[in-house]
Amino acid sequence: MPKVGWLRVPLVITYAFLYLPIAVLVVMSFNASKTPFIWTGFSTKWYGELLNNELIREGFVNTMIVAVGATILATVLGTLLAIGVARYFRSAIVEAYSLAPAIIPDLALAIGLLALFGMLGVTLSLFSVLLSHVVFGMAFVAAVVIARLGQTDSSLEEASRDLGAGATTTFVRITLPSLAPAIIAGALLVFTLSLDEFVIAFFTDGPSTPTLPIVIYSMVRFGVTPEINALAALLLLVSFTIVLSAQRITRLTDSV
Amino acid sequence: MTTTEVRSSGRGASRRRALSARAVFAGPGLLYVTLFMSLPLLLILVYSFLNRGRFGGIVWEFTFENYARAFEPVYLKVFTTSIVIAGVTTVLALALGYPTAYAITRLSPRWRTVALVLVVLPFWTNFLIRTYAWIVLLNTEGPVNSALVDLGVIGAPIGLLYTPGAVVVGLLYAYLPLVVLPVYASIERVDRQLIEAATNLGASRTRAFLDVTLPLTLPGAMIGAIFVFVPSLGNFVVPELLGGGKTVMVGNLIRDQFLEARDWPFGSVFALFVVALLVALFALQAVISRRINGRGRARA
Amino acid sequence: MHRSIHRAATVIAGAAATALVLSACGGGSTEGADLDPDADLSQQSLTVSNWAGYYPEDLPDKFKAAVGTTTEITNHATNEEIMAKLTAGGDSGIDVAFVSGQFAQALNEAGLVEPINPEFIPNASNLYPEAKELSYDPGNAFSMPYAWGTTGICYRSDLVDEPTSWNDILEPSDENKGKVTALATERWLMLPAQKALGFSANTTDEGEMQQVKDKLIAAKPGLLAYDDTTFYSRLVSGEATMVVAWDGWCNYGTAEDPNIKFTIPKEGSDLWADTMVILKTSKNKEAAHAFINYILDPVNHAWVAENILYKVPNAPAMEAVAGLATDYPNMGLAPADLLKQESLVDLGEAGPMYTEIATEVTSS
Repeated sequence: MPKVGWLRVPLVITYAFLYLPIAVLVVMSFNASKTPFIWTGFSTKWYGELLNNELIREGFVNTMIVAVGATILATVLGTLLAIGVARYFRSAIVEAYSLAPAIIPDLALAIGLLALFGMLGVTLSLFSVLLSHVVFGMAFVAAVVIARLGQTDSSLEEASRDLGAGATTTFVRITLPSLAPAIIAGALLVFTLSLDEFVIAFFTDGPSTPTLPIVIYSMVRFGVTPEINALAALLLLVSFTIVLSAQRITRLTDSV
Repeated sequence: MTTTEVRSSGRGASRRRALSARAVFAGPGLLYVTLFMSLPLLLILVYSFLNRGRFGGIVWEFTFENYARAFEPVYLKVFTTSIVIAGVTTVLALALGYPTAYAITRLSPRWRTVALVLVVLPFWTNFLIRTYAWIVLLNTEGPVNSALVDLGVIGAPIGLLYTPGAVVVGLLYAYLPLVVLPVYASIERVDRQLIEAATNLGASRTRAFLDVTLPLTLPGAMIGAIFVFVPSLGNFVVPELLGGGKTVMVGNLIRDQFLEARDWPFGSVFALFVVALLVALFALQAVISRRINGRGRARA
Repeated sequence: MHRSIHRAATVIAGAAATALVLSACGGGSTEGADLDPDADLSQQSLTVSNWAGYYPEDLPDKFKAAVGTTTEITNHATNEEIMAKLTAGGDSGIDVAFVSGQFAQALNEAGLVEPINPEFIPNASNLYPEAKELSYDPGNAFSMPYAWGTTGICYRSDLVDEPTSWNDILEPSDENKGKVTALATERWLMLPAQKALGFSANTTDEGEMQQVKDKLIAAKPGLLAYDDTTFYSRLVSGEATMVVAWDGWCNYGTAEDPNIKFTIPKEGSDLWADTMVILKTSKNKEAAHAFINYILDPVNHAWVAENILYKVPNAPAMEAVAGLATDYPNMGLAPADLLKQESLVDLGEAGPMYTEIATEVTSS
């Protein structure tokens, strides 16, 4: 194995840069004092207050509704789109068009969607956020699945059709199973992106149904509260679990 | 029936099947993208040529006024500030992200996965909380200040928060992983044999890196740079929270035009600018990467 | 390749045209709805949007117990945030919104709010006569005042002498440089400079606003930050010594540290009012009126004042909480004192000029 040598320097700097702030938040979440950096003893009271915080609980439920709904819809649409694009269109332009929502600046998309919903007279609600999250979510799923389709060759599908299987049978028996790891990875990606999405939700959400990031935004704006530290630690734990299980799942299904 | 007949009729049927399969598979998705991405963007394009209603909303009168106004010195200044701040962020992200990605490719496969997951992981915690962490860190009473005082770098705590520097740090923190990943992918793809060939022919490791690896990974680095630069321009949260409202970027401008001024047509102009910039940068990236790939192939 | 782009463009244009046609069919009337005096309020439900922390938390429960209507109160951080939702078109899903007077005026001119039916709000008689004639809505035709007050300087009396002029913020002494904050929302961003220069807080004169702009740009390097939401905690922590603040919000600081005091600079200030409006799109207008009437009940409005530490424009309610003035002197400001300040109205056509100047100032 080639030596890492001096390359350790940027590695260390990067990881320190990425993890020091998080470490500080996690440590502070166990600080009994309300003022940051004056350690007055270990306490889990902020976790208790966090769980009793009505706004955060409500925001969490709203976020889960959006994330689950958007994930299901985006996964179905994105998978179909990927197969359509990679197997039947084979056009770079159609592919770019399908994937564009993943890279379009969120703020532009957000105000465009706000304008669209306003124009159509759609009441802003969790449903409008869900619809909006599906747009970029679908593109991410499609991107992951297209990449996978590029690795698997289509001869199996062709053989299945040549042997007289219908399109549906071929799709269910051959295409879907071979794509499963990519579809699952794509779905998890959409789920985590939707959980964290702020800008689009900020513009397309109804006033009475704030998602968790919107609640956090107003908490952060209204000042430093130790509950946020506890929330940060919990969210980190959740993301960690999701990322790890995604790794596990894709590896397991890959080896099958 | 001859074999040719079978083949041709089969081909006709399969073409029809392919068409209907296109509709079935890609149809819903493409329709969705059209309805919820293209239509909204088209809508703000239309809005950008209309007049603002007195109390918000739009008036259906055609005008170029919004575009003319966008070139007033105030807004040009916001553009310059944004480009400088986003530019500095991008340069720093490359300076830190490129060597990191390079170092990761040199790790053993197992550690490589761990290292990559670790780069991405903070990205999955809430973006606002990550930004908030810097409010805590950079505060006058915060650990960065006290560390600097303890080390004797500064005599008394200084105002780190609410400065353009704090905005850069916040943006860098938000988008650094977006550089590491594409650069990592492109370094991975560089043919080791090319580098070996270069070193065998007497080139030093540095030479080999500069002549082979760097040009071949430039397209990946450019993708990373675009992923940092464009969202930085459009970010309004970091300048607000870490800049104390004293640094105004294009993102703040757009947000303010939509929320504060309720001048949707004018806000649309800036939103379109960000979209156009993204498209232009990607086009540039495509041209450059095609040229580099062409050269690589010619050399090989 | 070219054809497919062309086709895509045609499709998009067609879809856009459909959307435009659909939207053209919208638009409401300016007539007030007929209210049913016998409506069963327990069958109606309300969604109310108010500022975070600007109402007693158990308000929905108490209102339900009293009237029977299930109510959900949601939060917005600023006027602008809620205005964006209300003016986006379509049904915002909100029945009653809390916005400042000049924003209520804008909503009314945009035809978005329901006229108030006085027969359904008998408690309006409790309002101070002054609060019925505020210039954004004389006669309370479409809005009812919830709280009112003025803007001034909130400061640490143990760290600085009492500020007397807006210039103490705009041109801070050397030891206070970087330790003062100003409000960020347009109207209140302009206010200190407008008053320091002797102009109206509602001025639409370009020459005057030019001077205001220059003064604010000159003031920027002395500021710690523009801050609408956390200024009082900056005083508590000592990060700031003087901040531009709304009177009630300064009281939050005073509650944590009695050294934090409020003063109105000698050049004068504004009179703002936060109001309750009923949205035209509300399907629960009887309950919405009942909600406003419930707030204006002297006992309830006093309870609100006690809770939010802002003055309410309700005569018997303020008498009931007169004791608060001992700890929070600005709670004792009489309506006559407030009326000495200038009432804020919507700027209409001059709105974009304010926005542009705000951008120039904050980006300077």
